[in-house]
Amino acid sequence: MLKTNKSMTDYISPVVKGIPPSGIRKFFDLVSGRKDIISLGVGEPDFVTPWHVREACVYSLEKGKTTYTQNAGLPELREAISAYLYKQFALNYEPSNEVLITVGGSEAIDLALRALVQPGDEILIPEPCYVSYSPITSIVGGKAVGIETYAKDSFKLTAESLAEQITAQSKVLILCYPSNPTGGIMTYEDWIPIVNLVEEHDLIVISDEIYAELTYDQKHISFASMPGMKDRTIVVSGFSKAFAMTGWRLGYACGHQDLIAAMLKIHQYTIMCAPVMAQQAGIEALTNGLEEKDRMVESYNQRRRLVVRGFREMGLDCHEPKGAFYAFPSIQSTGLTSEQFTEKLLEEFKVAAVPGNAFGLGGEGFIRCSYANSVSELNEALERIGKFVNKYQKLD
Amino acid sequence: MNDFKFKVLELLQEDARREAAVIATLLGAEEDEVTKAIEEMEKDNVIVKYAPVINWSKVHDDKVTGIIEVQITPERGRGFDTIAERIYRYPEVKTVYLMSGAYDLQIEIEGKTLKEVAFFVSNKLSTIDSVLSTKTHFILKKYKQDGIILEDHEDDHRMLISP
Ligand SMILES: Cc1ncc(COP(=O)(O)O)c(C=O)c1O
Repeated sequence: MLKTNKSMTDYISPVVKGIPPSGIRKFFDLVSGRKDIISLGVGEPDFVTPWHVREACVYSLEKGKTTYTQNAGLPELREAISAYLYKQFALNYEPSNEVLITVGGSEAIDLALRALVQPGDEILIPEPCYVSYSPITSIVGGKAVGIETYAKDSFKLTAESLAEQITAQSKVLILCYPSNPTGGIMTYEDWIPIVNLVEEHDLIVISDEIYAELTYDQKHISFASMPGMKDRTIVVSGFSKAFAMTGWRLGYACGHQDLIAAMLKIHQYTIMCAPVMAQQAGIEALTNGLEEKDRMVESYNQRRRLVVRGFREMGLDCHEPKGAFYAFPSIQSTGLTSEQFTEKLLEEFKVAAVPGNAFGLGGEGFIRCSYANSVSELNEALERIGKFVNKYQKLD
Repeated sequence: MNDFKFKVLELLQEDARREAAVIATLLGAEEDEVTKAIEEMEKDNVIVKYAPVINWSKVHDDKVTGIIEVQITPERGRGFDTIAERIYRYPEVKTVYLMSGAYDLQIEIEGKTLKEVAFFVSNKLSTIDSVLSTKTHFILKKYKQDGIILEDHEDDHRMLISP
């Protein structure tokens, strides 16, 4: 029996209570259970995990591989990741102590922040960005400092806006390129001034490169591959996007052995190890899955062209996304806010997209549309959005 | 075959009803280029026909398909081609492949009844001079055809909104 004047929520930690409700969650509730809509709000591949990967997992289960693994993950998988990162992105990590297998990139982000942040530290976060960085920062007692990025810069992080937010308390910079939600990327040249600032201000970088494989017309440049940045950078990645393996919950972090050891310390008590069957599948994906991955990337690229063109033809400004599988068109010409736009669009034309303001600073006035959908659904969705835009643009 | 044509073919194989304009957008090309490539490939018989993949068992399941392994003695000077032609000219013959291995031609025949297929084998096929032997197998169920799973149960299980 509770004391009469207390409610259950009074028992919850103020830190957790202080986390604002997720904008995505709110929209999720609006669409949940509806079968009649086309959703461009899905943040995962429309491919099912390639069959050879699924089959390898089933086989490993048949062989009785159902035990715990080493805390850091199966050595064979860590070796495969190390070889893969070297081949794809010229990264050099020692499998035995610089690679940690996690439960999705999500856990890796959490571990990195928990291992690095103490109360009062400022964590620099270019926005609009993936929704987990700022809440986790709050949970670990850090202060999230947003850095707005702009469509006019293709949502790249510029040295000027970064420099503006750096203080004596700045400790960590979180990077997410290719970006969810904007599709923005950073080139070698774009990174150079950022590298200088990171060095000058002695920052540690958490680089969420989960979309690294999904770049179009140019290769991803890992921040850790920039001169002098390897030791300062924790690369976070995973299998979800590149190999269409979201539900497997398999990711990893790579970095300096001392940082990885600190993360492993937390991981061993909270998680013990990532699921062994997912790890077995991961080995198969990395050893035999690169061709299939290329095929999926080519298919995203085709659909990317389709949606960008579609948005531009209906009169919306849409910067060209060079990575991930999202388009991030501006809807400012309709005079609606992001939330009004997405809610009315859902109501009137049964298309779901995610309002840009759910992704932090600079997201208002934009909507995130995933093109990980079939061509016919995309065409239908574009047609409906076109009608919708037409209706509202005419009103003023 | 250049890479561009190859990509056009892949997109058409996925969906033969795709319009040139859509293909052009998907490939980041001009519609004219796509139209021209398609016309050329039609002319060269690279694109032979635009035919739907039909799951006939949904229409009527009394159709019978037999796969027949045929051993033949090739004709002097003309190899297997003449004899293959004599066989593939029959409209009930759906496919004819020249094979390596234990037999020479693989033939797929469609008939209304088992009897009809058997009749074709005994009266038309076996009576051709160079046919040495035949072995007939009947198809009981088609799971996958031309790379397409006929009864695919992999629906979209994704949540409608995710971060
Ligand atoms: C930028 C970004 N980082 C991390 C994640 C988490 O991915 P995982 O499935 O590996 O936990 C996502 C998933 O949407 C993402 O978009």
